Amino acid sequence: MRKTLWLSTLIGLTLAAPAAAQVRLTGAGATFPNIIYQKWILTYNARFDNVEINYQSIGSGGGIRQFSDKTVDFGGTDAPMTDSAIAAIGGNVLHLPTVLGAVVPTYNLPGVAGSVRFTPALLADIFLGKVTRWNDPRVAAANPGLTLPATDVVVVHRSDGSGTTYVWVDYLSKVSEEWQRRVGRGTSVNWPVGLGGRGNEGVAATVRQTPGAIGYVELGYALITKMGVGQVQNRAGTFVTPSLESVTAAARGAMATMGPGTDFRVSITDPAGPQAYPIASFTWLLVRKEYPDPVKARELARFIWWSVTEGQVHAPDLGYAPLPGEMQPWIETRLKTVSAGGRAVWAPRPAP
Amino acid sequence: MSVRARVFRRRVRSMVLTGVVAGLCALAVLPLLFILGDLVAKGASSIDWSFFTRNPAPAGESGGGVANAIVGTGIIVGLACLIGLPIGIGAGIYLAEYGSGRLGWIVRFVADVMNGTPSIVVGIFAWTFIVKPVGRFSALAGGVALAILMLPMIARTTEEMVRLVPHSLREAALALGYPRWRTSLTVIVRTALSGIVTGCLVAVARIAGETAPLLFTALGNLNFSTSLTQPMQTLSLQIYVYATGPFDEWHRLAWAAALVLMGLVLVIALLARWVTRQRYGAS
Amino acid sequence: MLSGAGGPGEVRLAVPGPTGTPPPAAAPVIPLQGRNRADRAYQISLTALALALPLLLVVLVGELATNARPAIERFGWRFLWTSVWDPVAEVYGAAPMIFGTLASSLLALLLAVPLALGVAIFLTEFAPRWVRQPVAFLVELLAAIPSVVYGLWGIFVLIPFLRSAVVPPLKATLGWTPFLEGVFYGNSLLAGGVILAIMIVPYIAAVSREVLLAVPASQREAALGLGATRWEAVWTAVLPYGRAGIIGAIMLGLGRALGETMAVTMVIGNRHDIGISVLQPAYTMAAAIANEFSEATTNLYLSALFEVGLILFVVTVVVNALARLLVWRVARGAALGSRAL
Repeated sequence: MRKTLWLSTLIGLTLAAPAAAQVRLTGAGATFPNIIYQKWILTYNARFDNVEINYQSIGSGGGIRQFSDKTVDFGGTDAPMTDSAIAAIGGNVLHLPTVLGAVVPTYNLPGVAGSVRFTPALLADIFLGKVTRWNDPRVAAANPGLTLPATDVVVVHRSDGSGTTYVWVDYLSKVSEEWQRRVGRGTSVNWPVGLGGRGNEGVAATVRQTPGAIGYVELGYALITKMGVGQVQNRAGTFVTPSLESVTAAARGAMATMGPGTDFRVSITDPAGPQAYPIASFTWLLVRKEYPDPVKARELARFIWWSVTEGQVHAPDLGYAPLPGEMQPWIETRLKTVSAGGRAVWAPRPAP
Repeated sequence: MSVRARVFRRRVRSMVLTGVVAGLCALAVLPLLFILGDLVAKGASSIDWSFFTRNPAPAGESGGGVANAIVGTGIIVGLACLIGLPIGIGAGIYLAEYGSGRLGWIVRFVADVMNGTPSIVVGIFAWTFIVKPVGRFSALAGGVALAILMLPMIARTTEEMVRLVPHSLREAALALGYPRWRTSLTVIVRTALSGIVTGCLVAVARIAGETAPLLFTALGNLNFSTSLTQPMQTLSLQIYVYATGPFDEWHRLAWAAALVLMGLVLVIALLARWVTRQRYGAS
Repeated sequence: MLSGAGGPGEVRLAVPGPTGTPPPAAAPVIPLQGRNRADRAYQISLTALALALPLLLVVLVGELATNARPAIERFGWRFLWTSVWDPVAEVYGAAPMIFGTLASSLLALLLAVPLALGVAIFLTEFAPRWVRQPVAFLVELLAAIPSVVYGLWGIFVLIPFLRSAVVPPLKATLGWTPFLEGVFYGNSLLAGGVILAIMIVPYIAAVSREVLLAVPASQREAALGLGATRWEAVWTAVLPYGRAGIIGAIMLGLGRALGETMAVTMVIGNRHDIGISVLQPAYTMAAAIANEFSEATTNLYLSALFEVGLILFVVTVVVNALARLLVWRVARGAALGSRAL
């Protein structure tokens, strides 16, 4: 009853408004890829007049939630949906990877020359609250060449449901048994210590404004705010600087486990590989297998295809790594399964 | 101690405490001056023509503006007024004209209760009541949420303004043969109109700056949009996103947008005062 | 038509109330029993519009309660004192949020009440006429500033100011107390409390001012006539008379502080933790809802947030109701010219 009332009001208003030739798509979710998504979306909107896409970065948790509640057309997440979450929406979801990124430890230590190195155990100890000062012997042990100040360590984490968090704690759970036991994995966890910031944006901002702070953000954010970016020791024992190459190396390792039939829900944290960065991740767009509106579904598929092909060129400048080329045909196969009313909607854009 | 000495001490204490009270008053006003000063100092330099006519640029890039946010604020506030004003004023007139019974007491109590409702609670209500069933975030949902906030404010101020009209006017009109509805509408309400308008303007100024209820209803939009059935950006949402973000460009724009929003609120508030002044000036 | 009114007959003259006192009671007109269809239509349409409010309230509370049910059933009363908020283990307790809400509001009151009362007393009792309008306008302007603008100012101006100029001397002098323990990160209970204080000053001041204006001049004049100094007249005659109303004003300010969202969430640190030190980050109910609502991934999580919203709603309603009761008592007392409350 209530729904009919609102629907009729909305329909009435939509009809009353001058008919626009535009297809409007709304998405929401991860803040991790927000920098490149905004670049893609605004570029795409400017280039193709008949489509207008909107994306709001409210966190991966928000992306999953709103997508599941059908209040947005597509969701963004760096934390893949769990099997039970997928079952709860009847399996009507596709995870399509769009870009790769690194979750990096970023810190505010003015006057420290050079990059701080972190071993897995050190990262876990910091985020468990066991290391409280920057000149703690455990930090010094990993950084023999650096003089570290006696400043307090201020941990900054996410206050919203986050895929970036998921990647971070997924990694910490793999490398620290204590973390796995005490805190565990999730898009929102019970943090032992720290301040909460909203979105990658909020964590980066808080780190930037708080001397002694350390947080975890996607590489692009740390680059733009020019905060310190730490090196992390990978499974092979090398201290790796987060970079496009090391992220791509991490993805390469994962490719071996994926094939054309993959559903792309793969974690690439703590990979093997001598140069692989240990805390990297795909980020996915959540797309329904079945849409009610064929026109919108088609435009959405086109946008995603554009992002994973032409859009990839923007990635390196903004601090993300492009998808391995081998994935493109697999993604194309998936896009072709998106349907509306039982029929596939995929049709390449007509030539201008 | 002699009486004169005692009186002198009391006088001194009175002066000192008067000074303390004046000092407290000055201290209370000080943050306002700082805030306004900071808004101008940090925001004015970013305000140029392109600020008003451009839409946001991608994250981290420069050259964006708040055109979509300004229009969005206007549309959502306009929607809220469209929904909230008739109901609010109607309820207010009801309370003043027929509100001495039990139903009037209930409505008045409810209005007071709703006046104190935190705006975030209204926001989550609007999400479950409108956004989720319909299946999309929209400017309409945002407008409704703001209307819910406006309603009790307008109802109460309208009631008070209508009650202030002297009984003699009502009785004169009735004595001249006006039916009750016509007395109420064309005599009483008309006299109270400027006060009602003031109350409405004050309520509009309040909701123009609201952010919390829009977080889950209008959501926000990267693009310029006038569609009521799509998400929409407002100045308040824009300020929130930009202020909590890490980019210097965003911070700059946040200050400028805050200055614009504050200017808007100020204009409405001054308009409200001007309306009342007109009334007293004319009589 | 009034009975007997066929010409210039019995017309009762009603004296309008003086401005500044509570509005007079509703027109004591004999309600016409619907003899006129237009009258009935008018009354019915107004009633319908007015009924929208209770209807809305019922629906609002109903939605909140329905959505909060799963969490209420799961956690019961424990929800109020469990201090764990763990979305992974699906254990939710609102104690840190409730504590943070109360603590930040209390801190805000501590700071705001002296300032607001100072404003009210100064403007009603001591200020020369030419000062009253501009200062009153400035204080009102404080109420007009949107919450998100306060938050913006809080992040970029207030917190650096606290960090550099307020906390070091505070720690130097009072650092031994548990209230100032620990490192100041910036985003903290202190920042939240200070911002809230600035925001509620105008509300407390405005209502207190009205309360003080409602105090009959005779009280003040009697005191002055007995030889009191100006301050003593205010302190011994005016303030006690308006005491209940002022308490009501303070509670109204408290009601505002409890529900404030944006400015608080931007400066308070967003941490589910209970701590006595004001230098530590904290969380309030409103801030938690704002941050976590759109992304509560499970139904229980969402339900827990609805329960928090319900608690917040009930608390603010109760506080506001008490406040209005107190203010109304003073207003009514003044109108009747009666004894001090």
